[in-house]
Amino acid sequence: MTKEKIERKIVIPGEVIVKGEDYLPGEGTEKKGDELIAIRYGLAEESNRLVKVIALSGIYQPRRGNIIIGKVENITFYGWVIDLDSPEGAFLPLQEVPKYVDKDRLNEILDIEDMIVAKIIGVTSRGIDLTIKSRGLGKIDEGIIMKINSNKVPRVIGKEGSMINLIKKESDCNITVGQNGLIWIKGNKIGNELLVKKAIMFVSEKSFTHGLTDEVKKWFEKERTKNKDKIDKIK
Amino acid sequence: MTKAFKRSDGRKFDETRAMEAKVGVVPNANGSAIFSFGDTIAIAAVYGPRKMHPQHQQDPEKGTLRCHYSMLSFSVSERIRPGPNRRSTEISKITEWALEPVLMIKKYSNMAIDVHINILQANASTRCAGINAAALALAHAGIPMKDIVSSISIGKIDKQLVVDLNKDEEDWEEGEGSTDIPITMTADGKITHIQLDGRITSKELKEVIELARKATKEIYEVQKKALKDSIKNIK
Amino acid sequence: METSRLTGNRIKDYLAEGKRFDGRKPDEFREISIETDVSKKAEGSARVKIGKTEVIVGIKLDVSEPYPDSPDKGKLIVTTELLPLSSPRFESGPPRFPAIEIGRLVDRAIRESKFIEFEKLCIKKGEKVWAVFIDIYSINNDGNLIDAAGIGTLVALKTARLPKYDEKNEKVLYGEPSNKKMPLSKEIPIITTIHKIGDNILVDPTLEEEDISEVRVTIGGTTDGTIFSIQKGNPKEISIENIHKILDVAEKTRKKVFLNLKRFLE
Repeated sequence: MTKEKIERKIVIPGEVIVKGEDYLPGEGTEKKGDELIAIRYGLAEESNRLVKVIALSGIYQPRRGNIIIGKVENITFYGWVIDLDSPEGAFLPLQEVPKYVDKDRLNEILDIEDMIVAKIIGVTSRGIDLTIKSRGLGKIDEGIIMKINSNKVPRVIGKEGSMINLIKKESDCNITVGQNGLIWIKGNKIGNELLVKKAIMFVSEKSFTHGLTDEVKKWFEKERTKNKDKIDKIK
Repeated sequence: MTKAFKRSDGRKFDETRAMEAKVGVVPNANGSAIFSFGDTIAIAAVYGPRKMHPQHQQDPEKGTLRCHYSMLSFSVSERIRPGPNRRSTEISKITEWALEPVLMIKKYSNMAIDVHINILQANASTRCAGINAAALALAHAGIPMKDIVSSISIGKIDKQLVVDLNKDEEDWEEGEGSTDIPITMTADGKITHIQLDGRITSKELKEVIELARKATKEIYEVQKKALKDSIKNIK
Repeated sequence: METSRLTGNRIKDYLAEGKRFDGRKPDEFREISIETDVSKKAEGSARVKIGKTEVIVGIKLDVSEPYPDSPDKGKLIVTTELLPLSSPRFESGPPRFPAIEIGRLVDRAIRESKFIEFEKLCIKKGEKVWAVFIDIYSINNDGNLIDAAGIGTLVALKTARLPKYDEKNEKVLYGEPSNKKMPLSKEIPIITTIHKIGDNILVDPTLEEEDISEVRVTIGGTTDGTIFSIQKGNPKEISIENIHKILDVAEKTRKKVFLNLKRFLE
């Protein structure tokens, strides 16, 4: 019985993460004999004997149930082709829109270049199937769209939404985070929207710091004082 | 063969030039790296997996690795006219063959993984520097890989075997002249690429492979360090 | 993915307040960083970063026959490659218009300003002259490659040295620089591109801003107001009033850019 507990560490492809009969190969790893080997670059982590490599880089892996943000690329007879900034094609069929759609007037519902929030209802070899039938889904009317690496999304959302809720509160903005790394920010002031963008970049670049929530709170305080100084100067 | 043999730049027969490697040097790319052997500097960037065009070249069974090797016009003494030539086309292909055995890209059917390699400065061993940079860039991009590959040129100058040829050694004309043997190996010693240009015996070639094994282990350590030191450089 | 219309609208709204997403003012450049002698094999070279945009420029010289209509003048060949390495939007293959345009814009500014003293590049009239090859490569594209290319070219030319030439054997001795520097005149052509988005004039756009730029005008000129080259790009029209604004902004911008370059151009 092996007692070796592994700490989080950066691993590279082909590297042995840990040796032990009772370790199980999770995502990003392979078992060869009694060795757990990393098959991608990332952060190796172990919990309850399951060893996995958390990706730090790489493209978005679409999953059923994911909320994503995409751009209308093309309109066909049966629906809209959506670009998720990912190599798989995505499609929103006529039937997955929560209102009656006149087959000759698809562009009036969603036109080319429109941005949407949608949910993935299926991932097949043909591509990704989307819906905008539920609450909170549909065309994006205004705001800023930004992109981060999809692997950072869990950090930006935080445990049970703690990080994203903190950012929402501090900025007074609505924020929708797509699992594909696209994020929609809408506030009553452009300045606040940009503050959110900056905050998200901050979280995204500091992925490994413990106590990140506290750091973000401090960061917002600093930003507020900065802006306060600006206002004072104008006076 | 005398072990005391000294080369034009003072190195021992089995000594590589000073190596440097860094990842994350091209912010736009999914993964990128720079690798140098002394004055030979290669930069590589990976875009993908992404949609593959033209469609008829797509492979439904797996992702397609496409490598493009090119030298900057001023990377050598006599300017190279920009554009592909037969040499760069061949090197592009052998680079693909050197890297593909370690890539795990079955799940990326119909997609392309594009690796662009540019030689910024050349003092022989450019294809090896390119392969080393490309391997790093692929790992940095989060592409699933069984292992990292490392590439080195072993040479025979007249009757003397040397590791990591420079240009003077490549151009050696006295005696039996110069034989250039670029070899690429995985960290666990499998050969993914070998070429030879010159004149050698089978016995000598076996020694060459031994030397390559030793040198690629050193290169692997440089590559590993570049990836581990890079946390801040992820897109 | 190209900048969405939504973000584009916000960029325009913010510009109307005189502000940009990265905190700059419309007439402000990102941080410019310049390195010279970045290539041991080039006769002159420079690496320029403007924000995250990066280009490398190399100068190579060779001896060849002059053009028949200028038997005592050196030659100039400017080539740009938008390397696929530098952007997901650039493909492999022969240079397409954007690369060709940058090459031609730089060529025009250098040629019309007579910055390179071509007569001093004559070795033997009618038979042998120096040909100057300026090769510009993009390493990362985050907007404004043209201006970065212009800065890189000036600095690379300024630090370039002619190699020795063995006249008897008709061989250029690369790797053996003579003490002759590239013959340059005092009129320095600084290239800046001014953009119009909505009613706002701005300089040094990021890629996001460049995507929604409606009109751009690239001007090559000196800091004291002489203009050598102008090219308007992008398919929208522009009023005379705005052209005047652009010319003014260009002049002010050239002066600011020159301050960044000064120490390399002395």
